[in-house]
Formats: sequence, structure tokens, C-alpha cells
Amino acid sequence: MRLISKMSNKTIFVSLCLMLSITACSNNNTAPEEQSSAATVSPSSSAPVNEANNEEKVELTFYYPIAVGGPLTATVEGMAQEFTKQNPNITIKPVYTGSYADTAVKTQAGVQSKNPPDVAVLQSTELFSLLDMDAIIPLDDYIATEGGDTYLSDFYPAFLSNSQTGGKTYSIPFQRSTIVLYYNKDLFQAAGLDPEKAPQTWDEMKDYAKKLTKDGTWGLEIPVSGYAYWMLQTFALQNGNNLMSEDGKKVMFNTPENIEGLQYWSDLAKKDKVIPEGVTEWGTVPSDFLEGKTAMMYHTTGNLSNVKNNAKFNFGVSFLPKNKSYGSPTGGGNMYIFKDIDKKKQDAAWKFIQFMTETERAAQWSMDTGYVAVKKSAYESERMKKYTADFPAALVARDQLEYAAAELSTHNNGKVIKALSDPIQAVLTGSMTPEEALKKAQEEADKALAPFNK
Amino acid sequence: MDNRKLRFHWKANAFAWLLLLPSLLFLFLFTFYPIAQTVKLSLFQADLATAVPVFLGFDNYANLIGDEVFWKVMSNNLWFAIGTVPTSIVLAILMAIYCNKALRGTSLVRISFFYPTMIPMIAVANVWLFIYTPQYGLLSRLMKSIGQGDINWLGSPQYVMWAMVIMVVWKEAGYFMIFFLAGLQNIPPDLYESAQVDGVGRWTVFRKITFPLLMPTTLFVSIVALTNSFKLVDHIMIMTKGGPNNASNLLLYYIYESAFSFWDQGMASTLTVVMIGVLLLFAALNFFGLDKKIHYR
Repeated sequence: MRLISKMSNKTIFVSLCLMLSITACSNNNTAPEEQSSAATVSPSSSAPVNEANNEEKVELTFYYPIAVGGPLTATVEGMAQEFTKQNPNITIKPVYTGSYADTAVKTQAGVQSKNPPDVAVLQSTELFSLLDMDAIIPLDDYIATEGGDTYLSDFYPAFLSNSQTGGKTYSIPFQRSTIVLYYNKDLFQAAGLDPEKAPQTWDEMKDYAKKLTKDGTWGLEIPVSGYAYWMLQTFALQNGNNLMSEDGKKVMFNTPENIEGLQYWSDLAKKDKVIPEGVTEWGTVPSDFLEGKTAMMYHTTGNLSNVKNNAKFNFGVSFLPKNKSYGSPTGGGNMYIFKDIDKKKQDAAWKFIQFMTETERAAQWSMDTGYVAVKKSAYESERMKKYTADFPAALVARDQLEYAAAELSTHNNGKVIKALSDPIQAVLTGSMTPEEALKKAQEEADKALAPFNK
Repeated sequence: MDNRKLRFHWKANAFAWLLLLPSLLFLFLFTFYPIAQTVKLSLFQADLATAVPVFLGFDNYANLIGDEVFWKVMSNNLWFAIGTVPTSIVLAILMAIYCNKALRGTSLVRISFFYPTMIPMIAVANVWLFIYTPQYGLLSRLMKSIGQGDINWLGSPQYVMWAMVIMVVWKEAGYFMIFFLAGLQNIPPDLYESAQVDGVGRWTVFRKITFPLLMPTTLFVSIVALTNSFKLVDHIMIMTKGGPNNASNLLLYYIYESAFSFWDQGMASTLTVVMIGVLLLFAALNFFGLDKKIHYR
């Protein structure tokens, strides 16, 4: 990973190198870790009590994904070591598990073979799938010992909304984000726009993007592959409503507001020609932005530090433009504790979660990555205050939380997301109209959700 | 006499079976048993909605017939096979003939042709991802330098399959070349010498001698190529995730999606059975069809 930060000047290669090294890392890391976790599960649960300090040694397997650029494995491993230093009886074995999707696959395969990780960072939207598989435990008892509602009230409610259902809390927010607008101030200046003022409304956005589109530079890029539903959610929220019900059993895809939002998005490509046609890759959008191939981009705030470290121009960050209101779905990963493991391990895992989300550490994590610190108190800490005084862009995502809502998460989530993402891609590639697409998406999703509405 | 012969047979057979046992054990454990389990699971509803799998009979298969994505995937796979198999075979033959002839730098030529095969598919996919990137990708720059517009190769449904086919041909042709090279070196040189004495043209030599004698190799390679075209998945994972709108989704990736993104084990098993069926069909074509029409010597 250090190699990457060295190479980061040559940003054309960043995404390529990152991908290559990720594959390399995951090959190196996972195989031995999986073996060792398999080997340690049973002995440690029945291990004799260590008489010296009267406490059992506990070893926790910790799965974590990385979804943004930057040398994060080192950061996470450092945090795990620090935790063991403070809790000598608990050893954390961090296992880097690739993308969110890869992590979900590895975790759930583990759950099905009765060998789950002890604690894992998974996408907050995995909640219903994990519940349907009976894989995780509710954390309410633990939360009660930390002070119950007072404890929870330090977390931003928009982040907790993907953790809770049926009155219970199942996960603790960790690496969380919202989508923000990044823009290139130098290109703004060159196009005669005020570099301190980002577009505020859909109309302004279109207008700005038109002025910024030149030969070799797009006005705006919105990533599609992998996250089409997430980007549609921005338009849906800005136009009034979220896409699903709180219990994860119903979706509202086919509404006039959503059709209008999708129409706006596809018009940017097809009519106004200010964003690339077809499907734009999630990973190439930040490189395009850093290379000046696009003047603005929609992307996760999780990439803020990556952009900050690698941009060779002045850039700004702002709220996504509004229509009826501002709005962005939250995103990112929460920490879950698994069910079929020893109670001792669950207790240790809770301790670890507490450690990882401690106010000061949350602040540091946010500064290292660009993710939003999950606790309000983190923004009151000295180091954070100092950091944001120099770099106010780090506050944009947090401030936008006021308008943020839960990321699309339902029962049968994989299928529902595909039901929505495929037709969106069809619209953006020109083989469907927004009305047709959302009607089809609704039908498919209703079918996928039917068994849960009996 | 008969009795002795029988006993002898029994002894020899028992010894043979004993030698085969370890392999058979693994074959059973890792091939036949999973196949049986898959076939069984394909008759069940086993997804996130059912805590305990429910027996369905052939409902999963019936549902496949009404599944748009399934048909899209099958037709994609067909086009993918049509695009990759003949092209890579023709290319492999040409390369093999060239390699066989090249007197100087033979090993260099062979290595450069075989090189793509040795790179892991994931790495290949990442390299080609860069080649196909719009705006600053290698291909985009090439297009621009000859005054063509920019194409989002992997993001457009009409181009993405072509992009995949070209990449896979590049990767596979070198591998098949090795077989043809071996085939070429098995052809007795006296046939060529007598053809030369008779003053037969080069094309006729190829048509009447080389190609017919390469037929067994061609058959073998075409079966391997066909099954490969149904088994490829890694590049889709890296490059397109089956998109846009399933334009590059292939059968194995759809199985992966069903199993590990929808967590629909029943449907994934059904799709796997379909795939096993397709692969068996290719094998049967080999054994019972074409094989008899080929002269091996």
C-alpha cells in the first residue's frame, strides 16, 4: 500500500494500481487468515482460564472492506494493534476482504458454513439479509450498559437509520459517508464561473455543466456501475421522498418524482451532452476528476482525503444541488457482531467496536479518510476543530446529514438493487425511457419482495 | 482354464481399482457428490425468504423460462462463443504455422504469442480496463489520433460484447497455438517433400495436407474453446459486472450473482444444472458426432 501513496502523483495509474494491489493483497491475506480462524474457533472457546490474570485470551477475526482510494489497510491494522495494546487479553486479527460485495460474500459464506467472522464491517444495507440469515445479534443490551439513548444520541440519526428496524439496533456506524459534489475551482474560473459558488439547484447544475463542458472535459460525471441505485436515490431525495419503507418490505420506485429525477439525469447525458453517455465506472470517476477530465463529480465523501492529497488544482466540495430540497442517501459500512460465536467473543467484539468509534478515534479516522465521523462529539474535539478550520470542505458531508436519509436497504436487497440498477442503466444507454424503466423496476422489486409481505 | 482366466482377471482388476481408488475418492468427493447435491438443490426454493429449503419440483426450471435475464445471458453466451471460438482457432493456426516456420528467433516468437496466456485473467482484465477507458485509455487515444470520436467501450451495450470478445481472443489464441504447434510437428515431413516434388502450391498443401491432418487437434481445441467460453467469468467481475443492463452478463456470472448477491441458492443450482447440461452437450458432440468423421491417420 505504501507503494500506492508514492505513485499517487501519477494519478492516471492510481485506480489501476489500486485494483492490482487489492487483488494481490486479498490473495496474500485471506487464505492464511481463514485457515487460522477456522483453527481457533473451537479451542479458544473451551480454553482453560488463564490463572495469571484470571481472564481468558480472546482472539477476534475482524473482516473489513475498503471502498475508497488511499492506504487504509495500514490505518486499520494500526488501530487493531493499538486496541490489543490497551486490552492485552484480546487479539484482533484484521482480515482485509476486498470490496463491500466481496466482504459480504466471504462473510455470508462463513455464516452458512457455521464459521462466521466475530466482528465485521459490512455495508449498512446488509441489515435485512443478515437478519434473514439469522447471522447477527441485536446490540441493545450492550448499548444499555453504555448509557442507552444518551449513548445513541451522540451518533448522527441519518447514520443510525440503516442500523435499526423493529425497535432494535443491530449495528454501529463506522465508515460512513454521504454523496457530495466535488468541483474544480480552476476550471470554474476558466469558464467564467465564481469558483467559490457551487451550483445550488438542478437548473444551475445543468447551466454550469454546459459552460464547463469543453473538448476533452466533461461538465459533470456521475458514476453508474455498481451504484446506479445510490445515485438515483440522490435525485429521489432531492425531489421529496426516499425509495423504500422503513421495514424494508416495500419500495416506491415508480413515482412521478422519481421519473422526473431519472429524466433529469438522462437528459444531462443525452440532451445536454454534459456528462458521458453510457455507463460510467465508479472507480474511474475520481481519476477523471483528478486528471481534469471532468469539472465536477458526484462521489462519496469517503474519497475526500484521496482527492485532497492528489488534486493538483484548487477544488471545492459542496452539497448536492437541490430541487425540492437538498438530499443525499448515506452510505458506507457499519460494524456487526455475529451470532454463532462464544459470548466472551461477543463481549470482546463490543469492546472493540467501542474502541473503533471512540470520539477521538472517530475524529482521526475521518481526517485520515474523509469519511464522516459518526459521532457528533468528534467534531467538538480539538484535533478536528483544528483540522476543519484549515480545511472546511471536511464539514460539508456532515452538514449535509441534516438532509440525508437511509441508503436503499430492503429484504432480498441484492435482487431489489439489481431490479432498479439494470433499468437505470438501460435508460442511460438509451434503450428505455424513465417511465418504462421505473415501471419495470417496481414490478421486479415487488416480485422479489412478495415473499416478505405474506 | 476359464476359471483361471477369471481369477486372473479378478486379481488384475482389483489391483487396477486399488490404484484408481485415491483419484476416484477425490473425483467422487469433489465432483460427483457436489453435482448430485446441486441437482437436488435445484428442485428446492432456498433463498433469503425461506429459512428451511422448500421442495418445489421443477418450478425453478419453469421460472427460468420466464426469466428475461436468463435468456439475455444465454444469447450473450452464444454470441460470445461465436465471437471467440472460430476467431481464436483461426488465429491460433496462423500463429502456429508462422512459429513452425520461423527459423530465427523461434523461441522469441513463440514466447510473445504464448505470453498473454500466462498472465492471470484478473491482471489481464485490469490492463484491458485501462485500454478501454474512455478519454485517456490507449484505445481512445488511438481513435483520437486517427480523428475518430470517443467511445465508452465498456459502458455501451452495443460495444461491450465486442470489447470482451477481442480481449478474450487475445488471451486464448496463444494457448490454442501450443496445441496446433504440437499437431504441426506430428505431420510427417515426407508428405510435404513429395508435395514439393510434385510442385503443389502452398494453399493447396495447406488445404489438402496440413488442415486435414490438424483436424483432431482442431476438434479438441474447439471443444476446449467452447467450454471455456461458457466458463469465463473473472473478467466480467472486474470490468463490467455484467452491465450495462446485462449486456455483458454471461451464464457463470449470472450463477455467481444468484448465489452470492441474491443469496438464492435454489436458483443458482438450477442455473448450474443448465450449465452442466450445456457442457455435457459439447462433450457428447465430441464423442458421438464429429469424432467419427475424423481420420486420425
